[in-house]
Amino acid sequence: MLIIKDLHASVGDKPILKGINLTVNAGEVHAIMGPNGSGKSTLSNVLAGRENVTVTSGSIEYLGQDLLALEVEERARAGVFLAFQYPVEIPGVGNVYLLKAALNAQRKHRGLPELDAMEFLALVKDKMKLMEMNESMLYRAVNEGFSGGEKKRNEILQMAVLEPRLAILDETDSGLDIDALKIVANGVNSLRHPERSMILVTHYQRLLDYIKPDYVHVLAAGRIVRSGGPELAHELEKQGYAWIGNETSGQEVSSGS
Amino acid sequence: MSDSASTLEAIISQEYQHGFETSVEADTLPRGLSEETVRMISAKKNEPEFLLEWRLAAFRRWLDMKPPEWASVHHPPIDYQDIIYYSAPKSQKDGPKSLEEVDPELLKTYEKLGIPLHERAILAGVAVDAVFDSVSVATTFKDKLAEKGIIFCSFSEAVQEHPELVRQYLGSVVPVQDNFYAALNSAVFSDGSFVYIPPGVRCPMELSTYFRINAKNTGQFERTLIIADRDSYVSYLEGCTAPMRDENQLHAAVVELVALENAQIKYSTVQNWYPGDKEGRGGIYNFVTKRGDCRGAHSKISWTQVETGSAITWKYPSVILRGDHSVGEFYSVALTNHRQQADTGTKMIHMGKNTRSTIISKGISAGYGHQAYRGLVRIARAAQNARNYTQCDSLLLGDRCAAHTFPYIEVKNASAKVEHEASTSRIGEDQLFFCRQRGLTMEDAVSMIVNGFCKEVFKELPMEFAVEAQKLLGVSLEGSVG
Repeated sequence: MLIIKDLHASVGDKPILKGINLTVNAGEVHAIMGPNGSGKSTLSNVLAGRENVTVTSGSIEYLGQDLLALEVEERARAGVFLAFQYPVEIPGVGNVYLLKAALNAQRKHRGLPELDAMEFLALVKDKMKLMEMNESMLYRAVNEGFSGGEKKRNEILQMAVLEPRLAILDETDSGLDIDALKIVANGVNSLRHPERSMILVTHYQRLLDYIKPDYVHVLAAGRIVRSGGPELAHELEKQGYAWIGNETSGQEVSSGS
Repeated sequence: MSDSASTLEAIISQEYQHGFETSVEADTLPRGLSEETVRMISAKKNEPEFLLEWRLAAFRRWLDMKPPEWASVHHPPIDYQDIIYYSAPKSQKDGPKSLEEVDPELLKTYEKLGIPLHERAILAGVAVDAVFDSVSVATTFKDKLAEKGIIFCSFSEAVQEHPELVRQYLGSVVPVQDNFYAALNSAVFSDGSFVYIPPGVRCPMELSTYFRINAKNTGQFERTLIIADRDSYVSYLEGCTAPMRDENQLHAAVVELVALENAQIKYSTVQNWYPGDKEGRGGIYNFVTKRGDCRGAHSKISWTQVETGSAITWKYPSVILRGDHSVGEFYSVALTNHRQQADTGTKMIHMGKNTRSTIISKGISAGYGHQAYRGLVRIARAAQNARNYTQCDSLLLGDRCAAHTFPYIEVKNASAKVEHEASTSRIGEDQLFFCRQRGLTMEDAVSMIVNGFCKEVFKELPMEFAVEAQKLLGVSLEGSVG
């Protein structure tokens, strides 16, 4: 599904990613962990196509296409979804309006009929139950006045409605209390599917107690320095990121079968 | 990866879509303005003596006046002798009695603009008094309105049929000497709309007028007078687009509203006149005087406007809160793009006790657009317990546009409460990236964000007009923002 080869990327003049190799197959969940400043969010942004990140070398193949050649919205329509670390507020734009516009833009691109208001409402209300969200949130402006937990749940709701092929969850656990974390994790777990891959970007192991990854990668100073199974996360939790820092050679492992 | 600034640029630089011209034989006066011109206009319209005298008085005052220079707009001086002051479509001479008799060319023009006149009128229950150039060409639903005693007709017709009402109210809100453009309008106005709602009557439908400017070099001087007698209600819709053209066109309309005791007038405008090309050539100068008089106690006047067109806009729909407990409202969205300039806002003059006013102004600037909000809130000495709330928000797209806010507050009564809030923001890269990441194009994302910004104003528009407004904003956003 996703093959990242020797990816180098900079923000401004500063090189952040320094040779990332990663392969994600359909249905797999990969966790990417690492200390602050290791390049986790930059990797998420490169995948989604954010313009402040410049890819200097390397390649990303997504479902057989050159992902880097696609515009932001083209990637989205091809099934790439980014759950934002800091969800954006859009005053005056109803949540339901954004969701419907986004879904129909994607359906249109895929040659599917657009949903009318009734069909869409039925769909979204169903998905909201999953996220234990109050229907009134549909009619509030996008993320405006939402609590931290509500914003994150709203991101996962969007994912549930848009049904992406590749979901990147950028620090979705940050700022969540334990109850909210469980709800978000439940939502994410219910979206696991043999045709859907996920990349969980997180600082803490905590999220991985609720969403079991197939693979865990540790990112440090712009490279993947360790890869392994879920047990790697526990090891990290015990020993801290300093432990990784000691293994300076940084073996690069591309995972997946 | 494309750079978002250049995509935004591409969207902003799209051209106006409603530019085309219809050829209709026009019955036109020669260029220039003199006492003779005023007399000829009055004679062509077969006006009673009092109106000719009124026009002449206005003309004489105008001769001594100077165009206002305080507005934050810039344009070369206007040669008032190079303007044609009267032009009527020829087919009007025999006076079409129904839509079927209307020149098909005119109807086609409306069709091109997406305004299917008859359909709109019948399906939406809207009575349409369409102004093509200076004379009304079609008035519908008059019979239905007449049953209730409502008068909705062209101004010329009102002069002939109801001279006593015209005489009583014309100039009673905007006196001839009010300002340079109002004086000019009073001297040479050609036509417009007239509405009278009798006591206790709630007008059963939205009254609507589409204005167009068509014949070359024709300054258009509309005159609108709406009177809501006691305990009545009316909602009036005004909308316009104009064809592409080369020379600047002056448009100096005057709108007067009178609300008697316990009456309500809701006046909504969507304005999409030709804004000029990317360098600002050829757009319309829109210098309009709009004022409402809450003459009776417990009366209410609301102005809602969506201004997306014109090269230069100079416009301050105002309310005089004369009656005790009267209410004035002003909801505005103004958009300037390319080289468009707008100096717009409102005046709320509180004179009665317990009067209230609300001002919500949303300004959007893109390209080299230049925009100023100018608002006056005056609380007179006698206006015990007057209240005003003002909110002015500006949204900037790109880094070459400008937005200014000039609030004037004059309070002469210590019991008054006056609030003013203002904000200026930019469309965030974060917001655009977020919307695009969900699959929307840059254009749709900008449009969605801007529409969200304007929501508080759009929700004040009558339903069928809100759709029109969003469409027009959408078109202007394509031609101006996205």
